[in-house]
Amino acid sequence: MAGLLLEVVSLVTSLATKSGKLNAVDEVSFKIDRGQSFGIVGESGSGKSVLSRTIIRVHAENRIVSTKGEIIFEGRNLLSLPEKEMRKIRGREIAMVFQNPMSSLNPVKKIGEQIVEVLIQKLGLSRTDSRYRAIELMNSMGIAESEKQLSNYPMNLSGGMRQRIAIAIAMAPEPKLLIADEPTTALDVTIQGQILNLLQEQTNKFNTAIILISHNLGVISRYTDRVAVMYSGQFVEESATAELMKNPMMPYTSALMRSVPDLTSPPHTKLRAIDGMPPSLLETPQGCRFQERCQGVRDKCFSEMPEIILNGGDHRYRCWYPLEN
Amino acid sequence: MLKYIRRKLIHLIPITFAVTALSFFFVDMLPGDVADAIAGVGTDNSVIDEAAIEEIRKDLGLNRPVIVRYFSWLAGVFTGEFGKSYQTGQLVSEAIAIRLPVTLQLLIMAQFLAVLFAIPAGIITAYKAGKFTDKCITTITFAFLAAPSFIIAIILAFLFAVTLNWFPATGYIPFSEDPLGNLRSFTLPSLALALIEWPILSRVLRNDLIETLQQDYILMAKAKGLSNFYILMRHALRPSSFTLITVIGIQLGNLISGAVIVESIFALPGVGTLLVNSIHSREILMVQGIIVIMAIAYVIINLVVDILYGVLDPRVRE
Ligand SMILES: Nc1ncnc2c1ncn2[C@@H]1O[C@H](COP(=O)(O)OP(=O)(O)OP(=O)(O)O)[C@@H](O)[C@H]1O
Ligand code: SF4
Ligand SMILES: [Mg+2]
Repeated sequence: MAGLLLEVVSLVTSLATKSGKLNAVDEVSFKIDRGQSFGIVGESGSGKSVLSRTIIRVHAENRIVSTKGEIIFEGRNLLSLPEKEMRKIRGREIAMVFQNPMSSLNPVKKIGEQIVEVLIQKLGLSRTDSRYRAIELMNSMGIAESEKQLSNYPMNLSGGMRQRIAIAIAMAPEPKLLIADEPTTALDVTIQGQILNLLQEQTNKFNTAIILISHNLGVISRYTDRVAVMYSGQFVEESATAELMKNPMMPYTSALMRSVPDLTSPPHTKLRAIDGMPPSLLETPQGCRFQERCQGVRDKCFSEMPEIILNGGDHRYRCWYPLEN
Repeated sequence: MLKYIRRKLIHLIPITFAVTALSFFFVDMLPGDVADAIAGVGTDNSVIDEAAIEEIRKDLGLNRPVIVRYFSWLAGVFTGEFGKSYQTGQLVSEAIAIRLPVTLQLLIMAQFLAVLFAIPAGIITAYKAGKFTDKCITTITFAFLAAPSFIIAIILAFLFAVTLNWFPATGYIPFSEDPLGNLRSFTLPSLALALIEWPILSRVLRNDLIETLQQDYILMAKAKGLSNFYILMRHALRPSSFTLITVIGIQLGNLISGAVIVESIFALPGVGTLLVNSIHSREILMVQGIIVIMAIAYVIINLVVDILYGVLDPRVRE
């Protein structure tokens, strides 16, 4: 059941910060098909979270956000929907799993209530039905003694279990798109694989498309069909995952690849981090944003910004002097 | 829990001890004593008869040193004897028992109204933080914060009792006689207290709510597609009410002083008026009795606040 689900066109998300206005997402365009798993990878601060929150239009309370461009979801532009319509989509058509399950579940509400409220409000189930459904859901997430967990508080559960609860909540309405923003970064390494497998299994089961955000190209290469590399608010490379892993065109991508901990190497192996820092979003340089850290930089890179271009097939990148593989 | 309550009650002993000792010596240091009051010193047509006053003092045992009097009173307290009024002979415990319900009703109604105003105001100002609505309500709260309680009481009495005649200006009707009349007679006094009380509660709730609204679980609740109203009421309010509960507890204690003023203005026969009158007529034992009651109330309020913490947050219960 393929077909276009989401199309993001020239999306710009500006944040008003204390030191000025900045574009945390800058001219980003991409498409996602139904059931596809789409990875976004990039360093801290590259704008992955802001991008994903713009899609679902949920931002932290205190900062003013303005957006430009289009987010077409099943033919409707989410950016121009009234808030009331958008709310119907949230948690029903598009769901989200957050990074830290320690802080994303309400500490003073019972687990059961936090699942049941979605079933009642989003799916219109009765209180009794939603209770049974919640138990079923928890069972299918691999949560032991699920009936007993209903009356537990988040503090009684481990991080991994909490993330399973969060996934149960997100997957309860069988959404068409799931956004998972670094769903395993806060978890113990031994649990990470389990949670990623669970996400994969659940999204496959309901033909749910997933946007999987991660720092780790290793994770992305294993769990996604397509991948975009984000740097300083921009997409700098995007292609089918296997293609990107084989033929990175943009120097930043290959630098990221070299910095990935091998999945077989023991945990806490030192990363080969990329030298230097990304430019401040408040004053981005003229030309390529990766110029200061790029080993293949030449004159043109300082004066002109490379556009993201298609290079045969559907491999896009943003670089004047792509790598020759 | 029982152990905890016992520990709290043990606290009560030194507190009561210290507070009663202080107040005993303090009232004793005031010029004049109850013998003067009985003999009519200070009234216009009094003829001062030193010998007669001395006689009264001896009868009442006031000629003993203050330390002796304090400890004999204290010994009485441990056997449940709070003494009696020098002037009327009424038992202190009886005088307080008659008036305590009036003050309790006043404080509870006042606090109830204050919370009733403060919760919506706190929620709206937090939700609209920094916006026009927030600024308007905040200005109003500061105006009320700055106004002394007697001014508010007088304005209320003038507006709703004298001009509009909606409520009685003074007087007390027991609940058993006329429930509706009773509530009417308490409306203005409790409103006067509530109006000085709610701004603080509203500010406290606003600040905690603003902090809660930054939390990840609120973002998550939004991502679940729940309505803002539902999120505020069912996700944010409860974890934001700790300081509120604490301050309600503290303010209940502070309101007692407000009650003194408001009871006088609206002529409610409560503990507040009893306290004022007793200090005027140097009825030390009556003052002492009231202070013991206040200390006990203080500890009980604290206890209830602590229990509420546990009700609000499972993490405190562990
Ligand atoms: N609360 C905020 N206030 C001001 N600026 C912010 C805020 N959150 C993010 N930003 C800006 O937006 C940029 C993108 O942030 P974002 O959180 O999307 O990065 P990210 O790629 O998700 O990083 P991470 O991997 O650390 O989660 C940051 O560089 C920062 O400058
Ligand atoms: S455009 Fe130039 S600086 Fe930018 S990545 Fe390509 S080679 Fe490096
Ligand atoms: Mg992030």
